[in-house]
Amino acid sequence: MRLELEPRPSPSPLWRVLAPPSAVASTALAGLVLFSVLGVAPGRTLYAFFLAPLTSLWGVSELLVKAAPLALIALGLAPGFRAGVWNIGAEGQLTIGAVAGAGVLLALWPSDAPWVLPTALLAGILGGAAWAWIPAVLRIRRGASEILVSLMLAYVAQLLLSTLVYGPWRDPEGFNFPQTRLFQVGLPVLVEGTRLHPGVLLAPLLAILAWLLFRFTLLGLALSVSGRAPAAATHAGFDRPRIVRGCLLVAGALAGLAGILEATGPIGQLVPTLTPGYGFTAIIVAFLGRLHPLGILPAALVVALAYLGGETAQIEAGLPQAVTGLFQGLLLFFLLGSEVLVRYRIRWRRPAGAGVP
Amino acid sequence: MIRIDGEPVRIASPKVARGLGIATVFQHFTLVEALDVAENVALGLDERASRRELVRRIREAGRAYGLPLDPDRPVHDLSMGERQRVEIVRCLLERPRLLIMDEPTSVLTQQEVERLFATLRRLAAEGCAILYISHKLAEISALCERATILRAGRVVATVDPRTTDARELAARMVGAEVRAVGSRASSTGGAVRLAVDGLSLPPDRPFGTALVDLRLELRAGEILGVAGIAGNGQDELFRILSGERPVPRAEAIRLDGRPIGTLGPSARRALGLVAVPEERLGHAAVGELPLPANTVLAARERLGLVRHGLVRWAEARAATGRIVRRLDVRTPALDAPASSLSGGNLQRFVIGRAILQDPQVLVAAQPTWGVDAGATAAIHAALRDLVASGAAVLLISQDLDELLALADRLAVLDRGRLSPARPTGELGLEEIGPMMGGLHEPVGRVSP
Repeated sequence: MRLELEPRPSPSPLWRVLAPPSAVASTALAGLVLFSVLGVAPGRTLYAFFLAPLTSLWGVSELLVKAAPLALIALGLAPGFRAGVWNIGAEGQLTIGAVAGAGVLLALWPSDAPWVLPTALLAGILGGAAWAWIPAVLRIRRGASEILVSLMLAYVAQLLLSTLVYGPWRDPEGFNFPQTRLFQVGLPVLVEGTRLHPGVLLAPLLAILAWLLFRFTLLGLALSVSGRAPAAATHAGFDRPRIVRGCLLVAGALAGLAGILEATGPIGQLVPTLTPGYGFTAIIVAFLGRLHPLGILPAALVVALAYLGGETAQIEAGLPQAVTGLFQGLLLFFLLGSEVLVRYRIRWRRPAGAGVP
Repeated sequence: MIRIDGEPVRIASPKVARGLGIATVFQHFTLVEALDVAENVALGLDERASRRELVRRIREAGRAYGLPLDPDRPVHDLSMGERQRVEIVRCLLERPRLLIMDEPTSVLTQQEVERLFATLRRLAAEGCAILYISHKLAEISALCERATILRAGRVVATVDPRTTDARELAARMVGAEVRAVGSRASSTGGAVRLAVDGLSLPPDRPFGTALVDLRLELRAGEILGVAGIAGNGQDELFRILSGERPVPRAEAIRLDGRPIGTLGPSARRALGLVAVPEERLGHAAVGELPLPANTVLAARERLGLVRHGLVRWAEARAATGRIVRRLDVRTPALDAPASSLSGGNLQRFVIGRAILQDPQVLVAAQPTWGVDAGATAAIHAALRDLVASGAAVLLISQDLDELLALADRLAVLDRGRLSPARPTGELGLEEIGPMMGGLHEPVGRVSP
């Protein structure tokens, strides 16, 4: 007897829904094993990782603060992933968004006029879109892989940020720390004692908007056809270059927005490391949410919990910071694994030769 | 049962075949472009050999068979003929007893063809059996000692091509049982609906065919058949007419006198030119999408299924219902994904979707390819009804029976050239067959 994968006649709708939660459960289980091997109390650590952060108002608010940029970026990436446009460089678009917005704030410093903040947010959106425009043009004009170009541009963006905060934009009164001035204006705090900012409310609004787009517009149909059957998309008359450009610009704009929201919200200045890799992690969020706008919201919360839990686990169980990345990796691994069950079913087979001739 | 040297064998994998001394050169090359020649050869060998040894053997085989190759050159630098040489040398290093060549000349220049034939003759003289698969009759006549004719999966005849008249070969190849041709009254008096005027285009894909000085006039009330064997420009012709590949000059293609060459498929549909691709899944329809979404894809313009960028799903469902009733499509549900329909029923849907749009011109590629007799009859009837109402149909097909049954006039597409259309009633099989077999010109032997 041996295990075999047998293709299903049509994808299983049950497993399509079950895949993400089963991946989360498998990740928790793998964590349990991992903690036992590491010699820390598995139950307590798992509790510290997944549940402790949710027991306080601060914890819950932090969860939302971390989930918001993940959801925003993932919502921007999902249309592209549906259409087979693989923007892997959201981290770079986020960084350039923050840099562009911060540039506006620093240029106008110390003004706190009411139009300064909206201008900075707009600059963030445009900055992210401009950074995503580069892979779009190279893809359309030269056929360059947007995967490679967008990914490499993420490192360029990071170096640009470093250059600025170590060099011309360094705070003159900042004791030589590599950071900019604290911005004169920033996002208001919604609930006293937390870091909740209005950007957190943006994610659910945009998710509903994206859902309406996918469900009711020709554009939504064009996106899913373009990714699944390029020849059919051409026959339908959907313009592939426009779709590629549109997907990349939207993803870049939302990543840029997430970047400037981070800079003007929880951080309040530019620092060399703006995020713990939200732009890359959002790729996991988009797939965990099955590229569905309403699935991306809970997915963002789950992945944000892994960030938060990683911090708690460091403090409570003395685990290394790498454990967060490890959990994200496990999650993606199990997600891709359970994805197989949507298209295939597992069968026990007798060895070839025996049984039916 | 397959026998090698009289012994029955079971060929379970390409590796088993190689072990039996069978080597194959495929029509579409199986080379890795990023690797160099020696590396590509190594990939196809079952034995292990050092690079130096390989390089020596490649040079040696090249000298012996007139197939010069530089083992260190990357494959992406090579011409099509040189790439084929790599494939052949790879086979020769296995010392095959049977060499299978599948349409080997489709990408070669005339000179390269002659070189190839010289090599094949030398191999045959050394005792290697060669199975040469081709639809080009001149090549078969020039090269082969025996020819087996296959049609629709059946052996039709085995003949000696050196003594058999090429026209007879052609007639057997394209088949069509002896039948009364032109029993239908042809109607070719209508106004010109679709006109292509002297269009020449290079291929836009690897293995594509260049279209040469393409001219056609499609008149109201007629079905114009385009006969020919796949790979002679059918795909290119379909795409320039459907708008999937717009052409640089708008006036090159006219619909009811109006230049449409630069327009895409959506704009052409809006003007009344509707096309039905050959490939049902992945081109005409998307398998994962429900039928109403597929209706929206290629019928939205004329049926008004999109307004202000919003899909009118209720109207799309209603239109899908009309398609299903009109062509009697058997579907599990109106919302079923296209992939859940059988081939015949999906083809009924795709044709119905085109007909329901009431097109002025319908371009259909292989509309009954691989479907059951019932669906074929329904589709043929639908096409006849359409032209009876004053529309025009361009029917691109390899099925001569279908063309003779439906077309008022016939033209043959061969190596990217479309012959002038002639009334089907005037054409005899003995004329159509050779045209499809690539024998416009007098049959000549390809010089060695």
